[in-house]
Order: sequence, then structure tokens, then C-alpha cells
Amino acid sequence: MKPYLWSLFKFLAYIAIIVFFLFPILWIFSMSFQTNDTILQKVPSIFFTPTFKNYIGLWEGEISIEGFATMYVFFKQNLINSLILSVFSVLVTLILGVPAAYAFARYKFKGGEDIAFTLLSFRFAPALLIIIPLNLYFTKIGLYDSYFALVWVYQLITLPLLLWIVRGYFEDISVDIENAYRLDGHSWLKSFFYISIPLARPGIAASALLCFIYAWNNFVFALILGSSSIQPVTVGALAFITASAIPYGLIACGIVVSVLPTLILALFIQKYLVQGLSLGAVKG
Amino acid sequence: MKISNRLFPYVLTLPALLVCVGILIPFFTSVYYSLLRYNLKMPYMKGFIWFDNYISIFSDASFWNTIRVSLTYTFFTVIIELVLGLGIALLLAKRNFINNLLGVLLVLPLMIAPALASLIWRLLINPNFGVVNYMLSFVGVTDFRWASHPDSVMFTLIMIDVWVFTPFIMILLLAGLRALPRQPFEAAELDGVPEYYKFFRITLPMLFPYILTACLFRMLESIQQFDIIYALSQGGPGESSMAFQVSAYLQTFQYTNIGKAAAMMVVLWAICYFLCFIFVRQWHKLKEKTRGVS
Repeated sequence: MKPYLWSLFKFLAYIAIIVFFLFPILWIFSMSFQTNDTILQKVPSIFFTPTFKNYIGLWEGEISIEGFATMYVFFKQNLINSLILSVFSVLVTLILGVPAAYAFARYKFKGGEDIAFTLLSFRFAPALLIIIPLNLYFTKIGLYDSYFALVWVYQLITLPLLLWIVRGYFEDISVDIENAYRLDGHSWLKSFFYISIPLARPGIAASALLCFIYAWNNFVFALILGSSSIQPVTVGALAFITASAIPYGLIACGIVVSVLPTLILALFIQKYLVQGLSLGAVKG
Repeated sequence: MKISNRLFPYVLTLPALLVCVGILIPFFTSVYYSLLRYNLKMPYMKGFIWFDNYISIFSDASFWNTIRVSLTYTFFTVIIELVLGLGIALLLAKRNFINNLLGVLLVLPLMIAPALASLIWRLLINPNFGVVNYMLSFVGVTDFRWASHPDSVMFTLIMIDVWVFTPFIMILLLAGLRALPRQPFEAAELDGVPEYYKFFRITLPMLFPYILTACLFRMLESIQQFDIIYALSQGGPGESSMAFQVSAYLQTFQYTNIGKAAAMMVVLWAICYFLCFIFVRQWHKLKEKTRGVS
């Protein structure tokens, strides 16, 4: 192929990629600053005077539409729920996962690999297989619709993720450093907290943030195991879009507010993303 | 002291193990349910019926439709994502400012919850004001029905899946491409080997472990896809997008037929377990390989 044709092809490919992957995000972002008047125009509007009405309405829980009465929206609670569920899921995962990851990285013990792989296979088990019985159990013992139960079920996705990524980071730390410190007469506990964890800290932090993203993005657990009072933004936004008469700008605004936290976190951990997404197999 | 040393790793993993057990119990319950006649609306009919649920789903045309839908979905999403992901990775392989920036920005769709990605696209393809429809009108397509027509709903779903998950394959292959050893390429350069030959004989074979791992990962997720489908079409119109988990969800919560839903999930689990088995082996190989190099 002639070189200039090749360059042209590459240029067009770049444009196509940018349009397909990034334009939808930008468009939703711009929609969230519009009212129905500009959204519903026959020719989509690129230039409009931005309004913060949607954001204010979302936060205050009510929005007045011209010609209609005031509408009440309950999206703020969904946001708070998302935050509670994600933060506590990550905390529990850290407490359960970091010592286990250390054990899998440092010790060869009978059944160790089997346990580790069983935990990994949970990552790929069909969610409903486990949630359907859990739903009946939880209803019976009164755990249905509780943060506690949901945080526990969230471990299904966050725990294997953290375990396998952090295991890789612990494996990269030389045993000699720990041994040298322990020869000085320090206990295992001290070497764990003063040597191993600080050395693996960037990895642990990055995988904790990735777990946060995965917990935040989860949809099916809360859809089945919770009522609207504890459901996160992912489920809340769907209810939002199916409810009639909510202005489209407000829906777009709800979506933007729901995806913004994960997008910002993703930028923070992008150096660690490859290792995280491949569960520790590939280094970025 | 000796015994406690041997027990020590178990103590560290015990909490994670307990969660493990907590998940295995509902798993076995599901397997048990799948052998029961169990409909929440008819509790008095509850009873052990061995494999009748399996026989009933396998002789049911709508279950075969579910299998067809799930396999079509998986096949097309994985193939398209692989080709696109590989293409983009090759395009961005050289390190420079624009490529690095794009490498970061293109990951963004992957970080959006799949359910929310569906909602984003629902606003973009809305029949009243969807901007994509407006763009299509310039190329003469005026009434594409997207999710509201049985013929186009699959296309729409695959497009959304591709939008969300192509970055996953792209980011893995990009890391793989950048980690490839330079020597074979330099040798090929010296010998004046043509570009396509270099690609098919050096790049692809060396990248293959990455490709395989990424594809298996995606297959496992695609065949169980629930979020995107439920948020877009809930299996409809008709049964044209009734994938495994969506079907089991409706079976449970609309028809309250727990036994049948459990049987369907066990079938899906068997498929996933098989895929997972291959995946873990490949993934482990890749892990050892990348760690051996570094």
C-alpha cells in the first residue's frame, strides 16, 4: 500500500475509534446540562446555554417542569447506597483478602492452590445460581434488604479480584527482606505490618480501588436482594429511565453522576489497570 | 510451635475460606432445587422429581432459543471485540503522546457499569431525539428500530457489549504487544521480511497467549451477560434476546418456577465451569510466562 494511503487510513481509524468510544460519554455529559426543550429538538443541539437545573434538582430531590407540577426524585439515596455498599465491600475485602493473599503468596500448604482457584472460579460462576437460593434464605432469616447481606454477597466479586492481584504483588517482594527483619527479633505480625504491607501498598491500594469500581458497577445483586431503599445507582438509574415523565436531561444527569466516580478512579489507577483486569497475570 | 507453623497459613486464609463456604451452600442448594418440583405459587406441589426439570427444559423450544441467543451473543461479541481490540492495540502500540492519551481515554467505557452503558445507549438511540438516529439519517437510514424490533435487538446488544468490553481486550493486548521482545523484529527487519509476514509469523504467535486469555475471559462473561440485556430489552421483544441469565431471572421472579430456573442455571454453570477450567490453565501459563520474563 502506498505510504500516504496508509497514513490516511490510520487517521480515519483514529477518528472512528474516538467517535465510537468517546462520543457517547461526551453526549450524555452535554445532555445532562440541557432541558427537554433543547433535547427534544429535531436537529440535535450542540450549542445551547447550559443549565444546572438537572444537577440541582437531582440533589434536592425535586424538579419543577414548566407546564407540569413539581416532580420528586429519589436518586440521592441511590448515590448514598452505592457509596455505603462499595466502601464497606472494599473494607471487608481488604480485611479478609490481604492476609489470605499473603498466605497464598508465601506458603506452600496442602490444599492452598485448590482454595485459591476455588475462590477464582467464583468470579466466573453465574451470579443467579447463587442469588436465587440466597434470596429465599435471606427472606426467611430477615436479611433481605439489608446492607449487611449485600456487602457479604459483594465479596463474591471483590474478594477473588483482590486476592489474586495482591497475591502477585506479595510474590514480587523478596522473602529475604522479611526474614532479615524477623532475625532482628521482630514477630511475624510486626514484619507483616511494617515490611510486607508497606512494600505491597501501591498494589493493594490499586486493587482496592478496582474492587471499589467493580462493587459500584454491580447491578444484579442489589436488583434481586434489595428493595429500592438500599439499591445503588445502577439499579436506581434503570428505574429512573423506565419511570414516565422524568425529563431526559435529568436522566442523563443521573447517569453522569453515577459513572463519574468510577471514571475518575480509573484515571487514578490506570498504571495498575492491566495487572488488575488480568487478575495479576499481565503486567502493565 | 511446629504444628502452629504448619497451621499458620490456614489461619490466615480462614476468613476467606468461610466466605467460600458461605457461597458453596447456596450453590449446592441451587443444584438441589434443580431436582425439585418447586414453584413458589404452588408450595404444596413441592417434591423431589429427579431430572424432570432438565428433561422439561431440554424439550422446551424456548430453552433452545435461549441457548441460541446466548451463543450468538457470545460468538459475535468475542469475535468483534477481538478483531477491534487487536486492531486498536496495533494502532496504539507505538509509544507517543497521542497513543498514550488514547490508551487512557479508551479504557473509560470499560469502567462504566454495563447496566448504565445500556442506559446511555438507550438515550442515544431513542426514537424521538436519539442523536445516533439523526446521524444515520445522513446515510439514508431513517427508521432503524434498534431494541424495539426482534431483528435488530441482537445487533444493538452486541454493539453495546462491544462498546463496553473492547477496551478490555485492547488494554491486555496493548500490554502484551509492548512487552514483546525486540530481537525477532530486528532480525526480521535485517532480512527485509515483508510487514504482513512479520505480523502473521512473529507478532501473532507471540501474542497468542494474551489473545487466548483475553478471549476466554470475555467468553465467560459474555455467555452470562445479564446487566446489558436486562437494562436494554429484558429479553424482548418476544424472546429475541432471552439470554441464559435473563431467562432464569424471569423464570424465578415472573413465573416463580424455582426448580426450572435452578436447572437452567446449573446448565449454564456446567458450560462456565468447562470454560473456566480451560481459562485458568491458560491464564496460569500466561502468568508464569510474564513473570518469568520480568
